Amino acid sequence: MSPIFGKLTWQAIPFQEPIPLITSIVVIVALAAIALWITRIKAWPFLWNEYITSTDHKKIGIMYIVLGFVMLVRGFADAIMMRAHQFLAVGQGQGYLTPEHYNQIFSAHGVIMIFFVAMPLVIGFMNFVVPLQLGVRDVAFPTLNNVSFWLSASGALLVNMSLFLGEFARTGWLAFPPLSEKAFSPGVGVDYYLVALQISGVGTTLTAVNFVTTILKIRAPGMSYMRMPVFCWTSLASSLLMLAAFPVLTATLALLMLDRYLGFHFFTNDGGGNSMLYMNLIWVWGHPEVYILVLPAFGIYSEIAATFSGKPLFGYRSMVVATLAICILSFTVWLHHFFTMGAGANVNAVFGIASMLIGIPTGVKIYNWLFTMYGGRVRFTVPVHYLIGFMLLFVGGGLTGVLLAIPPVDFIVHNSLFLVAHFHHVIIPGVVFAILAGYTYWFPKAFGFTLDERLGKLAFWGWFIGFNLAFMPSYLLGFWGGTRRMQHISDPTWKPWLGVELVGAFFIAAGIAFLAIQLFYSIKTRDQRRDVTGDPWDGRTLEWLTLSPPPHYNFAVLPDVHGEEAYWHRKQLAIERATLIPEPAYQPIEMPVNTPTGVIVAFFATVCGFALIWYIWWLAIVGLIGAFAVFVWYAWQDEHEHIIPVEEVIKNSRERRRIRQQNLQNLSQSV
Amino acid sequence: MSAHEAASIGLTHGGSEDTGLGHRGPESKSIVVPYGFWLFVLSDMVLFSALFATYASLVHATDGGPTTIQLFDRKLVAVETLALLLSSFTCGLAMIASHRRNIVWTQIWFAVTGLLGLLFLCIELYEFTHMIGEGAGPQRSAFLSSFFTLVGTHGIHVFSGLLWLGTMMAQLWAKGWRQHVERRLLCFSIFWHALDIIWVAIFTIVYLIGTLP
Repeated sequence: MSPIFGKLTWQAIPFQEPIPLITSIVVIVALAAIALWITRIKAWPFLWNEYITSTDHKKIGIMYIVLGFVMLVRGFADAIMMRAHQFLAVGQGQGYLTPEHYNQIFSAHGVIMIFFVAMPLVIGFMNFVVPLQLGVRDVAFPTLNNVSFWLSASGALLVNMSLFLGEFARTGWLAFPPLSEKAFSPGVGVDYYLVALQISGVGTTLTAVNFVTTILKIRAPGMSYMRMPVFCWTSLASSLLMLAAFPVLTATLALLMLDRYLGFHFFTNDGGGNSMLYMNLIWVWGHPEVYILVLPAFGIYSEIAATFSGKPLFGYRSMVVATLAICILSFTVWLHHFFTMGAGANVNAVFGIASMLIGIPTGVKIYNWLFTMYGGRVRFTVPVHYLIGFMLLFVGGGLTGVLLAIPPVDFIVHNSLFLVAHFHHVIIPGVVFAILAGYTYWFPKAFGFTLDERLGKLAFWGWFIGFNLAFMPSYLLGFWGGTRRMQHISDPTWKPWLGVELVGAFFIAAGIAFLAIQLFYSIKTRDQRRDVTGDPWDGRTLEWLTLSPPPHYNFAVLPDVHGEEAYWHRKQLAIERATLIPEPAYQPIEMPVNTPTGVIVAFFATVCGFALIWYIWWLAIVGLIGAFAVFVWYAWQDEHEHIIPVEEVIKNSRERRRIRQQNLQNLSQSV
Repeated sequence: MSAHEAASIGLTHGGSEDTGLGHRGPESKSIVVPYGFWLFVLSDMVLFSALFATYASLVHATDGGPTTIQLFDRKLVAVETLALLLSSFTCGLAMIASHRRNIVWTQIWFAVTGLLGLLFLCIELYEFTHMIGEGAGPQRSAFLSSFFTLVGTHGIHVFSGLLWLGTMMAQLWAKGWRQHVERRLLCFSIFWHALDIIWVAIFTIVYLIGTLP
């Protein structure tokens, strides 16, 4: 091992394997082309000032969402490669992926989809929406927010780097020992996994601190707990889960790192290590993680159900209680991921019953959405398509979950394709559909124009049909004994089912393609689809009070909240009186300044992480010292805020009031 | 947003029925910053609880190697504990001095805090090197892996605390009393006392129970 380059040699580049090599070259060329294009149109200063160094929660939210969607394409490329390979590797067929490569692909697919697709997208929506819904100007710690984003991006970068330099883990998405120990995975793959997740995990913990503080301490006047929109409640529950669960992930991965790097004996086969300890620890994080993702998704559905049914959310209080019940119960069920450990009948029974209990608050939510729509004037927009598709599918996914929670059943289908079908059945309709619905719903708020409905519906049908074709057959295959993560399938009678699943993957590909076309088409025709009012859907919560896109400070004066559905109440009052509330007393606004802290810290974190993966010790020390120096430099600065002059505030606010006044007049003329 | 502005908005609210926390609008920075830092400390405690759980489940997995009663020396740990607890006391004195805007005593008490923290770390390092020298290093058994990780993680926290303390003393010396400096001093003292709480748990679970006959 070289003292300067560690384990890094020319052999790290996969010259022998055409698939990663060509993919890497295409990605590098594409990135270079994008960089060149940005340079050509001279957009670097704009990107640097408006996004990269921004402390604006809306901009940070948009960056998270962009990261999530880009990684979705990467994770989906893995998925379609696996489905194509499975179809070809039946009976006599051998497929086109070697076992080593196939194992890396399913591991990367899981890691990317959970950590770098679902997490950034969910956190992105929390960032964009929560401060607006609470009627405030930013999160509690804007600079920290920027740091969190760049740490997530740093993790995503390291995972993707493994494509071009070295390899990725072949251990599955949770890297269970003893397989992930040095003795059985001596390469850099597991190190890539560990380091990338450590860096992004720290970012997530900081996000949790930020959002719990924001929601509990920074709300508009009058915005008491029981007046908060349900999305804020679910974001709070999700942030609390992150706060309590991610440190456990950090600790667990650190222990595995100690085993691998320094020869400790936590999870090894020798020295008294215990690999089941890892299972327990990782699932103490892993099960709440499921709810970290799905609770904000439930929040998105709640907003959509109320808005597009033209009714207040049915059972608001029960929704809040159900959310918090799920939040607590999610910490009591981790053992159901390894009933087969052999903890004994009584332990398994307790965890099985606890798991089934989660079905109750979830059921409450489903009925609340149904009753919200019942008797309402439902507008069948794209988000409502996703909502209905979700309810139809999620109930089924939940029921197979209840099946899996019965220990004797679990003994039979444990680690089978039935399980794979189950968790895709809850995550895709539960989380991905919600994200796509939320994307359509809040897009006009972020950019000032709506997305094309027709293309959006096509995308929905691609996802809906594609999901059903791609995963329903797996339930059958699982019952027939199909084990997950198999590189070759010996029973030739399964081929038609695998063919159906491949067709399903193509439908989802079409759904993704329609999303891309929709975005380009909508940008092209944005002048016809402008949202001038700031309230394109006849919304009920405070984000629709301000302009689209909102000014940096969101609200000229913090709104005064007088009841549930803060904005709806205000809007009805204005319509009734045919006039807006009197102009408030404007004041200058203090806002946080931009800072390059996040991107520099993430740079040093990436350097340090890369050095750890390749055993380049001097570089790791440089990275650590660099990160500490940035910290001291940032702490030394005095000015973290700048003042927006009152004239600018007045100008923006009067413009908004003029539009709203005009709307009111149009409304009263039409009546 | 300034506290003044939030207050002025609160006045327009005009005696509504609502008495919730949200009534007043956003809290001021002097509330929000320590609150957020408290949450961070709580998340740190969760991290330690994972390490405690690991220690508790591996403490008997000695793989034929040395056990707790053979390794730990109560007297040494008593001195160590005394140093850390005293440093918490002097940290409190420093905070009292800072409330009185007495920069000399603030710096003196912080310096004493730092020195006591350093003494604690030196004793810990001595203990670690001594154990490793005896062949009881972290690679020896799962029990020792978990011992070094649990106690060492606390040690790393103390070390980071010392780095932070040094930075804060330099800021106080260079800039004097500023609002953000005061907020950070408060956060530091929260952090330092939290490390004490963790240490009390380590002292009890690792050393005290470990040396019971």
